[in-house]
Amino acid sequence: MLKLQDISKTYKVGTFGGKELHAVCDVNLEVGTGEVVSLIGESGSGKTTIGRMILKLISITSGSAFFKDIDITQLKGRELKEYYRKVQGVFQDPFSTYNPIFKADRIFAMVKDEFYPDMKPADWTKKVDECLKDVGLNPPDVLGKFPHQLSGGQLQRFLIARALLLETEFLVADEIISMLDASRRIDVLNLLADLKNKGLSILFITHDLSLAYYISDRAVILYRGSIVEMGSTARVYYNPQHPYTKMLMATVPRLDQEWEDVEIAIRERQLPIGQGCAYVGRCPFANEQCSLERPQLDEIEADHQVACFSCRNISP
Amino acid sequence: MEKKKKQRNEFLYFAFRNNKLRIGLLIVLFFLVMAVIGPSFTENDPQSFIHRGVPLKPFESADFIFGTTVFGQDVYSQFVYGLRATFVVGAIGGGLATLIGVIVGFVGGYLGGKTDEGLNMGTNIVLVIPTLAVLLIISAYLEVRGILLESVFIGCTAWPWTARAVRAQTFSLRSREFVDLAKMTGMKSLKIIFREIAPNMMSYLLLVFILQFGGATLNAATLDFIGLGPTEGISLGLMMNHAVAHSALLLDIWWWFIPPGFAITAIVGALYVTNVGLDEVFNPKLREM
Amino acid sequence: MSLHVENLKVYYQTLKGDVRALDGATFDIADGEIMGLAGESGCGKTTLAHSLIRLTPPLKFIDGIVKLDDEILPIGDMHKMDDFRFHKISIVPQYAMNALNPTRKIGKMTAELLASKGANIKDIDTELRRRLDLVGLTHDVLDMYPIEMSGGMKQRMVMVLSTLLDPSLLMADEITSALDVSTQKAVAEMLVEFRDLNFVKSMIIITHDISILYQVADTIMIMYAGQLAEKASKETVIEAPRHPYTKMLISSLPQVGVQVDDTRLKGIPGTPPQLLEPPQGCRFRARCPLAFDKCLEVPPFVEIDPGHRVACWKEPGKHA
Repeated sequence: MLKLQDISKTYKVGTFGGKELHAVCDVNLEVGTGEVVSLIGESGSGKTTIGRMILKLISITSGSAFFKDIDITQLKGRELKEYYRKVQGVFQDPFSTYNPIFKADRIFAMVKDEFYPDMKPADWTKKVDECLKDVGLNPPDVLGKFPHQLSGGQLQRFLIARALLLETEFLVADEIISMLDASRRIDVLNLLADLKNKGLSILFITHDLSLAYYISDRAVILYRGSIVEMGSTARVYYNPQHPYTKMLMATVPRLDQEWEDVEIAIRERQLPIGQGCAYVGRCPFANEQCSLERPQLDEIEADHQVACFSCRNISP
Repeated sequence: MEKKKKQRNEFLYFAFRNNKLRIGLLIVLFFLVMAVIGPSFTENDPQSFIHRGVPLKPFESADFIFGTTVFGQDVYSQFVYGLRATFVVGAIGGGLATLIGVIVGFVGGYLGGKTDEGLNMGTNIVLVIPTLAVLLIISAYLEVRGILLESVFIGCTAWPWTARAVRAQTFSLRSREFVDLAKMTGMKSLKIIFREIAPNMMSYLLLVFILQFGGATLNAATLDFIGLGPTEGISLGLMMNHAVAHSALLLDIWWWFIPPGFAITAIVGALYVTNVGLDEVFNPKLREM
Repeated sequence: MSLHVENLKVYYQTLKGDVRALDGATFDIADGEIMGLAGESGCGKTTLAHSLIRLTPPLKFIDGIVKLDDEILPIGDMHKMDDFRFHKISIVPQYAMNALNPTRKIGKMTAELLASKGANIKDIDTELRRRLDLVGLTHDVLDMYPIEMSGGMKQRMVMVLSTLLDPSLLMADEITSALDVSTQKAVAEMLVEFRDLNFVKSMIIITHDISILYQVADTIMIMYAGQLAEKASKETVIEAPRHPYTKMLISSLPQVGVQVDDTRLKGIPGTPPQLLEPPQGCRFRARCPLAFDKCLEVPPFVEIDPGHRVACWKEPGKHA
């Protein structure tokens, strides 16, 4: 459904824009119908940038992107609006996504204004009620209230309901539950799973490995703008090949095992990305080739790809 | 609906408790009322030379409670008509400056890029222009100038700082996520500016207008005083100008220049104090509990 | 060191009345114990931490006794607490690393901080440098401005500063939440090392991320809506909790190995109560599947097994 080919995003930074910051480098990604793909990475990995590029909130510096075989890099005007019918996003901070001086359900009114101007009010109310029930909200409880009168979980569901109103087919979910309370997170995740079963494709952006494991079919590990490993969730989690992925799996605090003694060099300063692999500064297995050439994604087993020169020499 | 009312009530609660706001508004209102109904208490034209003889002190005569000028004009009459002019200039000049500044700030701040660069350059140019020199030139060419021209002139030269401030606020608001949401609903930029961003800045815009009003009033008084004001009509600054020009200081005719001077100071000062008070009302962190 | 807190009540003053943020906390921390304090937003964990060290308006001290090393802590008196802060009890506040004065070099800031506490930086210089080495910071850091340091470096610096005068009790409020994974592990392990090296005797680690606590804490205390729910060793809390809230909370946490198609986890329906006029008795009553009429009375926080305290009428304990 969504296909990204060699997508890159470069920012001009420094005085007079002399230097370049490569937020995303040559990312190739595909998401199929009714599939949940997790984009996993820490801060600075470029995962949010990719999400925003897909949502056309920032421009794509180079590369091509196709949604159902339509090139989305050049979309403008009416076509862009049509695109927004099919592709929507939900962000991390529910309270920031709402204009604080208006009521929360104004977001539905905005949708009606732009997309369904001719629909009769009675039909619209029915449609809104249905979408609210689909996300597990009771319409009388949540309509007519201000954002600060609702909880974070309700606000996030509201946003998902809005996507359903538009009959969205692809949802970019950027850290949507990280600001919710622990006991409410699982409900929103379960909701996403239900929607997936009804055919919604989801790009689930997160830094939390356990959330990604719970909900996704495929996992993509990002490091400083490049994909280092990707494949089916089980394969990536239980047979990580890339040194960064291995480090992630070992360092993330888990409830089922204690931290292994893994030697980690703490990153002191961000070094600019040179010609070689982005991880070369911290990689215990780096060799000369790694500093000179950028590794490409290689298939090492069915539905499992890794971008690493040294990996092929290390046994799983 | 209940919470909005509570919110508004919360504002009003703090508004009425805030001393600065209360005192400031009271003073301004006092002078405003005087400007509106004051003239109905006198039949004297501010400019006509009515009284003959030695200038009357205040309360010496029932017809001239504020006394007379050197030329026998009614100081009270001049004062209340002058107040009117002052408020008109403040409103028109201040209002115009606010309008221009806000539009330039919003458009530049939201659209960014080349539009912003262009508007920014325009703002800087107007900021740098020596307004006094321009006014001198204008006054050399236009022998007859009215209050309207003065207001428009002030309005067209006082907007840059407003534009800068509004631009900065717009910058910070446009990267908020609710703007992203509006974009993803397919809203056009202009619509986003007026429907999403501007309403969030309402309190700030009110403060800006009050400051511009005060600034325009002071500006006008200064210009009038040094002789670059309107050539007809009367205003508080003009009163002071005439007073000084006709030796009121030497002759100790204090009632000619003290009332207008005091009024200007009081009005502008009260406006600034109101501003500080309003800022405290809108910004909970500044409130003294 | 020993910390004994008895029936601590601290409320928030607001225009609408008092928010009963902490309503009767009673617990102990032993010498050398690292206790994790966990709970969802609004549970009162930050209130608890702040009331032990800096009880300023709008916080209001209502009732309770706090004893540190058998000495009563005058938490209600800001002035008297001056002698205890940083000397006996210290805190690394949330966002501390972002609160470093950007116009001061680290060394100068440290000197000023110590001077305000009556200590001279020259006396502690050797020790300061030793600790910088221990946490992996070069001595150059004293000549740097905060903006030149990474998040991890700042966090470690703040930790060194907070423990420089060897307090008995250190509280760390959400110090790992803004860091990336590898720095998180390093900082968390550093906390344990500080205890092992005797820079601090005991610790309270406040976080909403229970998995970090599982890695580094000895015991975990769970709070809910201003009341204590359960305190036990970390293994007990994670593997065999007894309080209904703890049970439901732990079982709602996704873990690696749990997939939605195989196991559907369940959340806790409902929301935490308003603390302006909190419900009577146990505050979890409205969402608890086991609630019965005795729950209208606040259950005491009692020991049901050695080292395991629970506040629940359903749990047999020495309070029958």
